[in-house]
Amino acid sequence: MTDAIVMDGVHKRYGEKRALDGLDLAVGGGTVHGVLGPNGAGKTTAVRIMSTLLRQDAGRVTVAGLDVRERAGEVRRRIGLLGQHAAVDEQLGGRQNLEMFGRLYHLGARRAGSRADELLERFGLADTGRKAVKRYSGGMRRRLDLAASLITDPDVLFLDEPTTGLDPRGRTEVWDAVRSLVGGGTTVLLTTQYLEEADRLADRISVIDGGRTVAEGAPDELKALVGGDRVDIVLRDASRLAEAGALLGGTDLVLDADRRRIGAPAPDRMAALTRAVRVLAEAGIEAEDIAVRRPTLDEVFLSLTGRPAAERRTAEQATRATKTEAAA
Amino acid sequence: MSATTTAAPGPGGASSRFGWALADSWTMTRRELAHWARQPVEALVGLVFPVMLLLMFTYLVGGGRGVDGDPTEFLVPGMLALTMAFGLESTMLAVTQDLGKGVIDRFRSMPMVPGAVLVGRSAADMLQSTAGLAVMTGVGLAVGWRWHHGAAAALAAFGLLLLLRFAMLWVGILLAMVAGRPEMVAAVQILVWPVGFLSNVFATPASMPGWLGAVVEWNPMSATATAVRELFGNPGGATGSWAAEHAELLAVLWPVAIIAVFFPLAVGRFARLSR
Repeated sequence: MTDAIVMDGVHKRYGEKRALDGLDLAVGGGTVHGVLGPNGAGKTTAVRIMSTLLRQDAGRVTVAGLDVRERAGEVRRRIGLLGQHAAVDEQLGGRQNLEMFGRLYHLGARRAGSRADELLERFGLADTGRKAVKRYSGGMRRRLDLAASLITDPDVLFLDEPTTGLDPRGRTEVWDAVRSLVGGGTTVLLTTQYLEEADRLADRISVIDGGRTVAEGAPDELKALVGGDRVDIVLRDASRLAEAGALLGGTDLVLDADRRRIGAPAPDRMAALTRAVRVLAEAGIEAEDIAVRRPTLDEVFLSLTGRPAAERRTAEQATRATKTEAAA
Repeated sequence: MSATTTAAPGPGGASSRFGWALADSWTMTRRELAHWARQPVEALVGLVFPVMLLLMFTYLVGGGRGVDGDPTEFLVPGMLALTMAFGLESTMLAVTQDLGKGVIDRFRSMPMVPGAVLVGRSAADMLQSTAGLAVMTGVGLAVGWRWHHGAAAALAAFGLLLLLRFAMLWVGILLAMVAGRPEMVAAVQILVWPVGFLSNVFATPASMPGWLGAVVEWNPMSATATAVRELFGNPGGATGSWAAEHAELLAVLWPVAIIAVFFPLAVGRFARLSR
């Protein structure tokens, strides 16, 4: 199958700032492709260019085989977009929104109405279709937004950080909805800052940083890039995290204060584990949990970009991530 | 795609494109009408506010300084012109709110006719202003204002008022796109007042110092106010200046000139949201 999305050396700058700096991307038809990167990596800029909202300065972009600059109108008939901000009219009801979008997709009044009802049913919003969207919960709003992106059964669906700002329940709702789409032949491009999200949903992942692709592959391939197993230690006391880190030494250490967690390379597995236990015991640092495991995408990200993925997350988002972890 | 999927229809010829432009514009206008239906109180407040201003200036502030005749007869047409000009605020506010939300992105990612968003906005605003004009006219009649030169002249006056509103609409759309932040709307809402008072809406230029009177006479809002006073047969506080003598001409030329400048700028700016 040919690629549903191709970005070839795409550049975009805003004044002095280079948002995209020669971004390359190829997404196979019918697959879910994760674009992973920190805030400011260029994820949203890339999605806005692919979905015809923004024009690139240089480079070629095709979606569903169509050049987005030259055939924007045809591209728009084949894509669905779920942006970072709910792209629905909050003053209108859910059904009113979907019917309006259906008309604007030129389905005709009757088909727009019946399509709205189908989608409300499918996304569990049939009972609340008359309620104004501003009274919806975050998860309901996102589901309506997703429904609006699917009015014409798009060939390519763009999801730009679909779960940012959602509580754990809303996040699960959106994940379930995305999973149910897969297999219907729709190509999904998903951007996220959450490694867990990319790991769960995507067939392949591109890690982007500074407006260019720094790695691409299946989640397992990316994990293999980091190589080797890791030893994972959860401390009882977060304030001794740095001290413990220094004692363990070595490079490529991941310190996560929110979870009181240290991840360190453990190429020799049990030897590394024993060493860690001994070092911590000698220093009188209590560990709640200690284990050897495969690397996570977090560590992939660190080794590829030189900084943890969570570094630039706001405190609020970090808290939310922790809550998700707790709920999962 | 299988036969059961819902696909957007492909592009048609020029005539079908024009048909879709109309259909999309109508859909966008309906969106605004649906907002009113959802929030009737807010729509009502929008109608009541200018009425409040009218009553306030008629009975409390005592406008109509320097007028030869009934101050109410002078004030009502002026307030109608002021209301039309101030419509710029509500347009700017609505466009700013729209742009701040993701829904414009959705519209722009869909195969609709891009200008339909702006056409829907302007159609809805014109409808709202027409309703506002009707309410103000009713209140004006209730407080003793009359037109004296017959229905045709009165209709022409209402036409000039709506023409001013239409011009201000495109100023509002452009301002929203250039400055589109809520705090800028607040700034404009404050700035329209001095511009409003630098007109002959509340007092005749004859009652002002010479240089100020000249500035006031060339204010587009003054041209419309003077022209509709003449068409309604209300006292205008004639000053004998060129601007006052040719008020009807200016009341057409000013809005047309404003539209000629701001309409292409606004449409161009909307198209350039993708840069």
